[in-house]
Amino acid sequence: MNVDPTLFLPELFQIVLILCLFGQSIFGRTPSADHLDVTGWLPFASAIGIVVAGLGLTAQGLVLWEAYRLDGLSQFFKFAVSLGFFFAVLNAQKQPTLALEHRSDYFLLLSLSAFGLMCLASSVELITIYLSLELSSYSLYALIPLRGKDAKASEAGVKYILFGAAATAVSLYGLSYILASQHTSYLAALVQKPWNMADAPMGLLGVSLFMAGFFYKLALFPFHFWAPDVYEGTSNETAAYAATLPKLGAVVILIRLSATLVPGLSATTIIAVFGALSMTFGNLAALTQRDVKRMLGYSSVSHAGYVTMGLVSGLPQGLAAAGFYSLVYVLMNLTCFWVICRLSPNGENVTLNDLNGLHKSSPFLAFVLAVGAFSLVGLPPTAGFMGKLFLLSSAWNRGYDWLVITAAVNTAIAIYYYLNIVRHAYTVEREGSAAVMNTQTGFGMMWGGVLAFLVLALGMVPSPVFQWAEAAGKQLMP
Amino acid sequence: MSEWPVLSALVWFPLAGCLVLPFIRNERSVRVSTLVMGIVEALLALPLFRFDLSQAGYQFQEKTIWVKQWGLSYHLGIDGISLLMILLTVLLLPLCVLCSWRYIHSRITEFHISLLLMTAACIGVFAALDFVLFYVFWEAMLVPMFLLIAVWGGPERRYASLKFFLYTLAGSTLLLVAMVAFYLEGGTFSIPELTARSYSFRFQFWAFLAMAFAFAIKVPMFPFHTWLPAAHVEAPTAGSVLLASVLLKMGAYGFLRFCLPLTPEASAYFAPAMIAISIASILYGGFVALGQQDMKKLIAYSSVAHMGFVTLGIFLFTQRGLQGALMVMLNHGITTGALFILVGTIYERSHSRLIRDNLGLGKYLPAYMGFFGLFALSSLGFPGMNSFVGELLVLIGVFAKHPWVGAAAIPGVLLGATYMLRLTRNLAWGEPSSVRNWPDLSVREWIVFLPLAVLVFYIGLAPGLTLRAIDPTLNRVIAEFQKPRAQVVEPMARAVASVLPAARQDGRNP
Repeated sequence: MNVDPTLFLPELFQIVLILCLFGQSIFGRTPSADHLDVTGWLPFASAIGIVVAGLGLTAQGLVLWEAYRLDGLSQFFKFAVSLGFFFAVLNAQKQPTLALEHRSDYFLLLSLSAFGLMCLASSVELITIYLSLELSSYSLYALIPLRGKDAKASEAGVKYILFGAAATAVSLYGLSYILASQHTSYLAALVQKPWNMADAPMGLLGVSLFMAGFFYKLALFPFHFWAPDVYEGTSNETAAYAATLPKLGAVVILIRLSATLVPGLSATTIIAVFGALSMTFGNLAALTQRDVKRMLGYSSVSHAGYVTMGLVSGLPQGLAAAGFYSLVYVLMNLTCFWVICRLSPNGENVTLNDLNGLHKSSPFLAFVLAVGAFSLVGLPPTAGFMGKLFLLSSAWNRGYDWLVITAAVNTAIAIYYYLNIVRHAYTVEREGSAAVMNTQTGFGMMWGGVLAFLVLALGMVPSPVFQWAEAAGKQLMP
Repeated sequence: MSEWPVLSALVWFPLAGCLVLPFIRNERSVRVSTLVMGIVEALLALPLFRFDLSQAGYQFQEKTIWVKQWGLSYHLGIDGISLLMILLTVLLLPLCVLCSWRYIHSRITEFHISLLLMTAACIGVFAALDFVLFYVFWEAMLVPMFLLIAVWGGPERRYASLKFFLYTLAGSTLLLVAMVAFYLEGGTFSIPELTARSYSFRFQFWAFLAMAFAFAIKVPMFPFHTWLPAAHVEAPTAGSVLLASVLLKMGAYGFLRFCLPLTPEASAYFAPAMIAISIASILYGGFVALGQQDMKKLIAYSSVAHMGFVTLGIFLFTQRGLQGALMVMLNHGITTGALFILVGTIYERSHSRLIRDNLGLGKYLPAYMGFFGLFALSSLGFPGMNSFVGELLVLIGVFAKHPWVGAAAIPGVLLGATYMLRLTRNLAWGEPSSVRNWPDLSVREWIVFLPLAVLVFYIGLAPGLTLRAIDPTLNRVIAEFQKPRAQVVEPMARAVASVLPAARQDGRNP
């Protein structure tokens, strides 16, 4: 088989990163090296990774026995993954709860997980999908409990593994039904098959079970129970990764599957109902949270609900909107997590009260946090608004007007807790007894500023990025 | 177009100013530079006087593609309605800087950045001709206003700012849905193009409800008004001024720009309800204002009443009514803005906004009381002053169409006279409570009040130019409103001309 290696530029680059880290973690174990931070090169390497993924944006092809498709969608998501990976790595550089000697292993697992997500973006065959998903998940299972000797982190790790394993088992079980009834595991062939209760009851059951695995990754109601606990338990930096990038993987597969969904089908309606429940439940639960990470956990549940609006529309613009929104979601969530990680130099969880007086101690970080929070609300001129506008526009008049109205009402509910973040940062003064944090570092301000700039720029000039997403959507659903 | 982009300059100049301010260290320099920016902004608005009064369409248009895929464009342009509102906004920026000169003494830079952001967003709202662009500015304005109340406000500022934000944003989420619905129904986000189409009644019904909800909260109309007194009382003077003079106008502007032209049949269908709510606002605002101890609260409730006249005039759908509504909008901006500055001025001296702490100022602060009396008379609609023109036009409109409704609105005017005169009497001639050795108005304060006082008399005695600026636009709005059902506009011109000598000069006929 002849395969053009230039098609795989982002993946190959990621493999090189993984191999370097692997070598470093095996051979770098001298007693003297235990006290050195040897992973300082990784942010630079992953920054090059963004460029490489940018170069790979135009790759087209169907390779590896037609199980691996390179198209606009996959390349767009690979770009998004490498962008998110860069910020996640940068964010985790000075992780306080991670011993120096574990750093190589930590970043090895992080890179592997990102590699799995990149493969997931290109997989068009059920078993390949399954393998890529597991590659990204297994690495994360090991990362979640890595937070010093914290008992809560272990609890989060166990929860994540158990929930994940159950979801995986259900997915595999569904896969077996699909294979048994439709006799193929290729998405392209599966699309041609009949998918209704009368002709393929087993296939329909199978695909529902298979989807459950992805809903778990996306933390869509009712598969969301792990999200708040895991975010709260794991270290801030790991949470920043776990809350953002795996969603990209889930969304890309759902987009591929939903290219077959037509509005009006019962499966589409079920996804829409899950979406509506997800946003409502996530927002209502977030209202009472005091721990900012937990709040963001519930907010991610509601954002998963918003993304479904694009999936059920059955329009290329809808798929593009879902893709665009997930990229925006990654950026704005990383923006919030960036500030949270900077505010916790010892790695504790950040509560709303810890944000008090942030505008005084570090006005710039307060501004970055406000941009992130307002973007999560969906307030112009941030990227969150544009993403939401595209989603609403694509889902309206497609038979799911009630979903759009639910989303609008949910935006109104969501303002309260996002605004609470801003309110604590800007209007509440720090109590005299509370220790004054020295959070104003040049490093934190510079990259926080870059993230905030990206969120604002995507809100004001969304068309260049949306163009790629739209091309991807059109390719998938001509 | 190689012309100078007047509107873009007006929107972007304050934003550019925001980038400069953080680099100025000295507090006084921050104030001075913001003041200079405000004056430059006013100079930038001078080209707007080339506005062609005879044209009904949008002028000074600028159009660039923004997001091609969704048909969004950066489309600015103004007609008579937005012209007046933009001029008012531009005028207020330097006054807001001046009236905060002593009032604000913490975090000066951020305060002035918020003022500049507000100005830019407000001008953007009035100039946007693309629905999404409008929405962007509409929402962008919330954040600086929220900060103005939440950071520099009074003791209850957190409650008030949160309430303000939640009310307004809750309303506008439905506006967002309406916007999306219009895009799919009309195929574009461009306001002039959307206006040219007609929509089924069922669609109009829901679209009107969604939009009216957002605008009614912003105006605010009677059941949705509770955020206003809280926000006004807690906001710093400049915040109150912007809130009263510009933000409240946006709701009414929304009704004029969107509800009437886009959903004419639904507007007609809901008009009785809207008129009833307007009357309720007028009476309720007036009665509650009567019972207030706090001057700012009193003026805030009087705003509810005044804005009731605006919505009443709008939902008459006649030229008189609309003229009156617009005049009340403009005049309320001038007069109430001035009253809020006056309250702020006395607060700097007495550190209390309660009426009983500020009695008997007439003897000690004659210039202050002079201005107070002037603006209070203007607020209650004294003939020869600006508010009289607006209220009279609205009342003429309403009596021509529904005499009984007019009769119901008259007590509102009486109430206005009662609470304003009582307030003025107490302040001027009450037994002096705490006043002692307070300085009378300084030069800076004179500079703030003089232009507003001149406008009070100019519009009051010669409203012709203002009316001429809005008339072609109003005729267009009425034509758009009547596009499905041709109706005859009441020939009321003569009736007004006999009352208002100035209106006769331009000799226009509806």
